[in-house]
Amino acid sequence: MAVASGLSGWLHRVTDSDVWWSFKSSPMTVAAAVATLLIVAVAFLSPVLAPHTPFDPASLNLSDGLKPPVLVSPDGEWAFPLGTDDQGRDVLSSIMYGTRLSLVVSLAAVAVAMVLGISLGLISGYFGGAVDAVIMRVADVQLTFPAILVALLIDGVVRGIISVKRHDEIAIFVVVGAIGLSFWVSYARTVRGSVMVERNKEYVQAARVIGLSPLLIMVRHVLPNVTGPVLVIATLNLGLAVITEATLSFLGVGLPSTEPSLGTLIRLGNEVLQSGDWWITVFPGATLAALVLAVNLLGDWLRDALNPKLR
Amino acid sequence: MLAFILRRILQSIAVLVAVGLVSFSLFRYVGDPINAMVGQDTTMEEREQLREKLGLNDAAPIQFLRFIGNAARGNFGLSYRTSEPVGRLILERVPATLELSFCAAVFVLFVGVPMGVYTGLYPRHWSSRLLQAVSLIGISLPTFLIGILLILVFAVMLHWLPSFGRGETVRIGWWTTNFLTWSGLKALILPAITLGLFQLTLIMRLVRSEMLEVMRTDYIKFARARGLTNRAINFGHALKNTLVPVITVAGLQLGSLIAFAVVTETVFAWPGVGQLFIQSVQFSDIPVMAAYLLLIGLFFVLINLIVDLLYFAVDPRLRSQGGSARVAGH
Amino acid sequence: MTTPSNNPPLLEVKNLRVEFPTRRGTLLAVDDISFDIAPGEVLGMVGESGAGKSLTGNAIIGLLEPPGCIAGGEIRLEGRRIDNLPYEEMRKVRGARIGAIFQDPLTSLNPLYSIGRQLVETIQTHLPLSAAQARTRALDLLKEVGIPGAETRIDHYPHQFSGGMRQRVVIALALCAGPRLIVADEPTTALDVSIQAQIIALLKRLCREHGTAVMLVTHDMGVIAETADRVAVMYAGRIAEVGPVRDVVKHAKHPYTKGLMGSIPSLGVRTERLTQIDGAMPRLTEIPEGCAFNPRCTERGTRCLVERPDLMAAGTSRAACWLHDRGGVGAPLMAQRSGGETVDA
Repeated sequence: MAVASGLSGWLHRVTDSDVWWSFKSSPMTVAAAVATLLIVAVAFLSPVLAPHTPFDPASLNLSDGLKPPVLVSPDGEWAFPLGTDDQGRDVLSSIMYGTRLSLVVSLAAVAVAMVLGISLGLISGYFGGAVDAVIMRVADVQLTFPAILVALLIDGVVRGIISVKRHDEIAIFVVVGAIGLSFWVSYARTVRGSVMVERNKEYVQAARVIGLSPLLIMVRHVLPNVTGPVLVIATLNLGLAVITEATLSFLGVGLPSTEPSLGTLIRLGNEVLQSGDWWITVFPGATLAALVLAVNLLGDWLRDALNPKLR
Repeated sequence: MLAFILRRILQSIAVLVAVGLVSFSLFRYVGDPINAMVGQDTTMEEREQLREKLGLNDAAPIQFLRFIGNAARGNFGLSYRTSEPVGRLILERVPATLELSFCAAVFVLFVGVPMGVYTGLYPRHWSSRLLQAVSLIGISLPTFLIGILLILVFAVMLHWLPSFGRGETVRIGWWTTNFLTWSGLKALILPAITLGLFQLTLIMRLVRSEMLEVMRTDYIKFARARGLTNRAINFGHALKNTLVPVITVAGLQLGSLIAFAVVTETVFAWPGVGQLFIQSVQFSDIPVMAAYLLLIGLFFVLINLIVDLLYFAVDPRLRSQGGSARVAGH
Repeated sequence: MTTPSNNPPLLEVKNLRVEFPTRRGTLLAVDDISFDIAPGEVLGMVGESGAGKSLTGNAIIGLLEPPGCIAGGEIRLEGRRIDNLPYEEMRKVRGARIGAIFQDPLTSLNPLYSIGRQLVETIQTHLPLSAAQARTRALDLLKEVGIPGAETRIDHYPHQFSGGMRQRVVIALALCAGPRLIVADEPTTALDVSIQAQIIALLKRLCREHGTAVMLVTHDMGVIAETADRVAVMYAGRIAEVGPVRDVVKHAKHPYTKGLMGSIPSLGVRTERLTQIDGAMPRLTEIPEGCAFNPRCTERGTRCLVERPDLMAAGTSRAACWLHDRGGVGAPLMAQRSGGETVDA
């Protein structure tokens, strides 16, 4: 009973808020939210929903290869609604599994960037001086290089250090780390700015006087202040992370083809594109675009609704 | 004013040194320069002799200085992959990348800025809303996907434009150019659009939001209260104030075109430094990676310097305060 | 409003209403107000923030910020209706016939253009002068508003001027095409107290010399008392009282004005106590029935809760209060709170 009334109270607060109102009054945003939820749900339920397990070599039959989509050609089969690739893999199932992998990698990368960025921002803002100068100069230099380049560089370095064979096994961690490391700057700057503001406030001085750790106090006060901006950055970053992962995989330095993400699927399709078998490329491409567009729409709306000062 | 430029140049050098340090660490510690030069059957003793001869046993700072000195002369050692001098490999490919980036930059500026101004001035007009929506799709499409789609439509289906390579080029000294042949120009179109489209949407959205911001300021309201014409307000007062922040970001964005060329060059098999870099990442060809990093760093620093000078020309606050206004304003 | 026909008003505002559509319904920010300004007259417009005084000023110069809009009434300048002019026509009126001065001189000037350029462009927009003539005029104006070393300062940029000097430049800009009326919205609020008096004196002198009328919007009764010929007191989107400044200050007729006057410490007069008005002005969404001031009024009666008073004659002024109606306020009521709480001065 208490839980129910608490929940309804919370629901009421949410539905009465300005943010909810701005959400409701933007059909585009609602559509984007629905699309995002749908894509995420389908992707994570792919083991249940997918008609085939595309990357199980035992289930593949080369005679099923290069079947066109059902709706555009009489050669299509309903078993493979979006056609098959040259190996006879079902494109629809590949997309479902690929989307799941893309999402997992991107979410993990954003989480890495967020934790790293917030920590460095706190440290930088709290200690100031030389520590701050070093962290912020590194951020400046890194900002002059596009994220994709930083990720490529990190990937290349890891390849230089460990052998190619082992590399395929840890490829997913390398990609997560590479993308995460290339996105931390905006979080760090936002948090640092907020810490700088809070640092000289009286309660921090007071905490110091009564012997509490000022750092702990500030973490408790600063984090709520930056939730809005961090949420906006994270949403916009998620779109970028999906793109970056796909780009790395497309360039052949991301996830191996034994574990294809959307980017890998597009790369594989691109190799046979010249012969006109467009569906192998276009459907994963469209899925990727739809996913990123939906996430970006949400991020855009969130930025306008919360309107934080982003740096 | 002199102090301002001097400070900027010093900062640029500091950035270059930092990039050089990363590049050097890659070159020296991630890769092993000896492995590239010797065969499998070289004995440990011979390796050690070579080490001593190349100065690889010297103190790190001395090695770093030597590395920078060599780099300044274009000497980055041999590629692990092809055993050719890295400097020559890169120099051969620089013109292709620079020409592609230049065309993309022209496309971005001459289409993106006017579109941004228009959507900023008339945010409620249906065409602005349409452009804004289309631009969001532009941001959501990864560069390589745009390239693939363009190839699919204009090369595979319509056969209008070539889908890979530079076409015929003309050699002028060590520089090879696309601009002097018809096939070279045709080959530029799809890659330049692909490379520019993402930045174009970014620039358009940036100009739009800055324009909207400026239109809300007191001095625009006061300019209206003075009865100035819309023309004078929009293209005099508003646009000039919009340019101040836009120049900074646009400079960085255009600089990143050279780096983003990595993807475009792969899609279109464009023989530039980006393609070379991807190959070096795949093969972990450390000397090439190190050289590419330094090259990109150099381009960025140069572009930043030009941006600063432009900034200086536009904003009078900077001219009299020697740069402190910019720091305060950001 | 009766105006002697031999002396037509410069500005007539009749039944002006300004609305703001919001998601919780339309707000009536300026509710049916009427007043006029004679040529050369200084009308003070005073009230708390949110009373609608700045919006009235913006409505007159035709620069209400969307979504705000004029929902009714009319504004006439020199007999010509200006509230419904097309944008381009109104643009020619702004600067030429009506000048404007805003609150913050620091942000009113375009930072990227020299002040000379901003003056010349305004002059040339409205007057058929050559560039050289316009520059001469700009220079004269700068000297007139008291910029020392105008010959060199004319080519300087706004950031090279202090706040007070910038407001002088803003005044020069407002005056440069010889307008008949200046709408000055809190022209001194952003300035140091020591500068405020100088700017007010300058504005007053220039307008007297040029025969320019001024609508002076401010929350500062002191500025009004020193400068204005007449004063209009606004409360919650309506005019509570309007009359000659001396009468309103000395013999306020509306309880709100009385409270307002009681809260100003005056030099010379020994006051034991400063009064303050209890409570706060209602939000536009929660304006009470009857007289908008009734919840805070110490003299209210039953009539004030149900019937809304219009402006009515009260001595030499006009006040929107039933105290001055023959019918009175009805049965007296206690104020909701103790009312008229006092603070030691």
